[in-house]
Amino acid sequence: MATEILMPALSPTMEEGTLAKWLVKEGDTVSSGDILAEIETDKATMEFEAVDEGIVGKILVAEGTEGVKVNTAIAVMIEEGESADDVAEAKPADAQAAPDEPAAAAPAAPVAVVTPTEMDIPEGTEMKPTTVREALRDAMAEEMRSNENVFLMGEEVAEYQGAYKISQGLLDEFGAKRVIDTPITEHGFAGIGVGAAFGGLNPIVEFMTFNFAMQAIDHIINSAAKTLYMSGGQMGAPIVFRGPNGAAARVGAQHSHDYASWYSQVPGLKVVMPYSAADAKGLLKTAIRDPNPVIFLENEILYGQSFDVPVMDDYTVPFGKAKIWREGTDVTIVSFGIGMKYALEAADELAKDGISAEVIDLRTLRPLDLPTVIESVKKTNRCVTVEEGFPVCSIGSYLSAQIMTEAFDYLDAPVLNCTGKDVPMPYAANLEKLALTTTKEVMDAVKAVTYR
Amino acid sequence: MAAKKPAKKAPAKKANVSKDELLQYYKDMLLIRRFEEKAGQLYGMGLIGGFCHLYIGQEAVVVGLEAAAKEGDKRITSYRDHGHMLACGMDPKGVMAELTGREGGYSKGKGGSMHMFSKEKHFYGGHGIVAAQVPLGAGLAFSDKYKGNDNVTFTYFGDGAANQGQVYESYNMAELWDLPVVFVIENNQYAMGTSTQRSTKSPSYWERGAAYGIEGEEVDGMDVLAVKEAGEKAVAHCRAGKGPYILEIKTYRYRGHSMSDPAKYRTREEVQKMRDERDAIEQVRDMLLTGKHASEDDLKAIDKEIKSVVNEAAEFSKESPEPSLDELYTDIYMEAEA
Repeated sequence: MATEILMPALSPTMEEGTLAKWLVKEGDTVSSGDILAEIETDKATMEFEAVDEGIVGKILVAEGTEGVKVNTAIAVMIEEGESADDVAEAKPADAQAAPDEPAAAAPAAPVAVVTPTEMDIPEGTEMKPTTVREALRDAMAEEMRSNENVFLMGEEVAEYQGAYKISQGLLDEFGAKRVIDTPITEHGFAGIGVGAAFGGLNPIVEFMTFNFAMQAIDHIINSAAKTLYMSGGQMGAPIVFRGPNGAAARVGAQHSHDYASWYSQVPGLKVVMPYSAADAKGLLKTAIRDPNPVIFLENEILYGQSFDVPVMDDYTVPFGKAKIWREGTDVTIVSFGIGMKYALEAADELAKDGISAEVIDLRTLRPLDLPTVIESVKKTNRCVTVEEGFPVCSIGSYLSAQIMTEAFDYLDAPVLNCTGKDVPMPYAANLEKLALTTTKEVMDAVKAVTYR
Repeated sequence: MAAKKPAKKAPAKKANVSKDELLQYYKDMLLIRRFEEKAGQLYGMGLIGGFCHLYIGQEAVVVGLEAAAKEGDKRITSYRDHGHMLACGMDPKGVMAELTGREGGYSKGKGGSMHMFSKEKHFYGGHGIVAAQVPLGAGLAFSDKYKGNDNVTFTYFGDGAANQGQVYESYNMAELWDLPVVFVIENNQYAMGTSTQRSTKSPSYWERGAAYGIEGEEVDGMDVLAVKEAGEKAVAHCRAGKGPYILEIKTYRYRGHSMSDPAKYRTREEVQKMRDERDAIEQVRDMLLTGKHASEDDLKAIDKEIKSVVNEAAEFSKESPEPSLDELYTDIYMEAEA
């Protein structure tokens, strides 16, 4: 019986890919394990193997096709004696393995609905659609070009071109002296990075994910963050620790932790968590130039998303300056990082119900632009915070306390915090979805504080 | 000094050591000992607080290795750091005033005994987390290699730290990348109260480097000339671009782990025996006298000179004011350049 070969999901966050090359042609007999095609994901080019023996009856998607959605039929396999005409009756092979819609998957289309006013961009500047991934790479490349003391180290950053392809092309341009593959030894290479910063260099240390930085957290906190103070101002560590943070999709409890509030607690660190590609680029350039240790929290789901990035010689975004993505009058929604996705989607939906939400992207958590939040709350009298991290001692709970202190008399409702749930991240798709915050939760919270 | 018994075991005569050099080592070691004794007194008087880890007994390690260093070489160590700072030429006044938590201290009183630094003398701390200084030291060496100079970094740690995983992560990367770092294991035989026999299965620490392809050797840490000689060999190895080198320096701490350690884990006799028979300062003193490089009177004059330096440091550390209250909120961030 003819069976369909479906476009496979080759990474936790893959939703579509490029069918780069067919290695078989119609009429070929293949056995289990033979390579059928090369498929390019947002992270890597992968070989796709046959799971069963059969004859390639028909190729449905030509090589070179981009944006092939996961689970699209790309070819039909037939058995001996069958003809390609049986194709019409083909049933999807391995249908069970086809995953449900990944719970945390981002929508394919960019979610930026409002182009925020950015003071630092001159009028008439050309905007170029860029993924967060490319923006981060561009930021590093630009800073490495202008300062020879900037170097990148981490696992798979050089020859592999980055586990998430963030450092793609950097080894070619800057060589092995400045783009350095480390062994899997986070504690050790974080310490070496901090020592190199003491020695006058400007390291960028990539963690494959911030979950692994737990092994290195002593050097981040005790060695990097505290030395300037302990030395009476004599020496500090100009270093950037960066990498994906928080939940990706279906990667379980040990790979899904959001560390935003952890690092934000530490004096001596600066903490950045961008949402858009423009901010990713501008903030990373600022981080690399900053003479202090900077924690730069990225998000795997956002890597592949495109946003407009201004085409400028040297586009930087200052620390400690929140961005108002949309102005509103009824409620202030404060978020950062991927939380902005829910915040903006909720604001869109709420607008249909006549609720005008002001959406603030904090962008940097330390320093924190509290004045922008307070000003907004004084105007709207209501506030909802959104983040993916755990609820206890969250960024939202800190914001709530600050708003209570600074704007108590302006509040018409308690501040509500939308957060991840107080559980280790479950693997099951339905439970994971439940463990993360959602657009609906944000909408419900807004309706609660506006008494709708 | 004169009342003490001469060292029984005379060190092997080392070639190429001048009278002036010997006298200098004597002075440098004596300064550390007298300084630490004074620090112990000030601690007892309540002028020094918190943790205070004295270096008494281990003086030959830092003095011997500093004799092998050149300008621009870096050093980094743990919290038992007073000796390292004095040996690399940091001002005893600034060190003592940091111990008393005063404005005139190297960290303006904000670091304390365990956390001092000097950019000028290339001293990078002063670290309180056991073994954290090991990858940091490898990183300092990384910066020198990156810049293309021939400086080395002396990375000191104890036998206790030698069982931390990050030491071996650092060994691996240091050898992989040929980093010019001398890993100096100051084996004083006790990790706080746990003797090496009770903590460590393998008989020697330096041999562990072999697993990473790192050369090394054991050194008599009570013999300043032996330390210097080993240091020169290690440094030459690093400067030649051959990567790291390990020195396991067998030494002994006479005092407790910190001021609050009753040291019940060893006998008084064990400590006394070491002092009587192996003391590094006594050995050099003996060499100076028997070699007719100095008379008893000369050495008395040196003692007096050192005492006055230490007393001045102690006075300074008492007179220097406490840091101004606005210092609480300074030095947390460095200003970014506009």
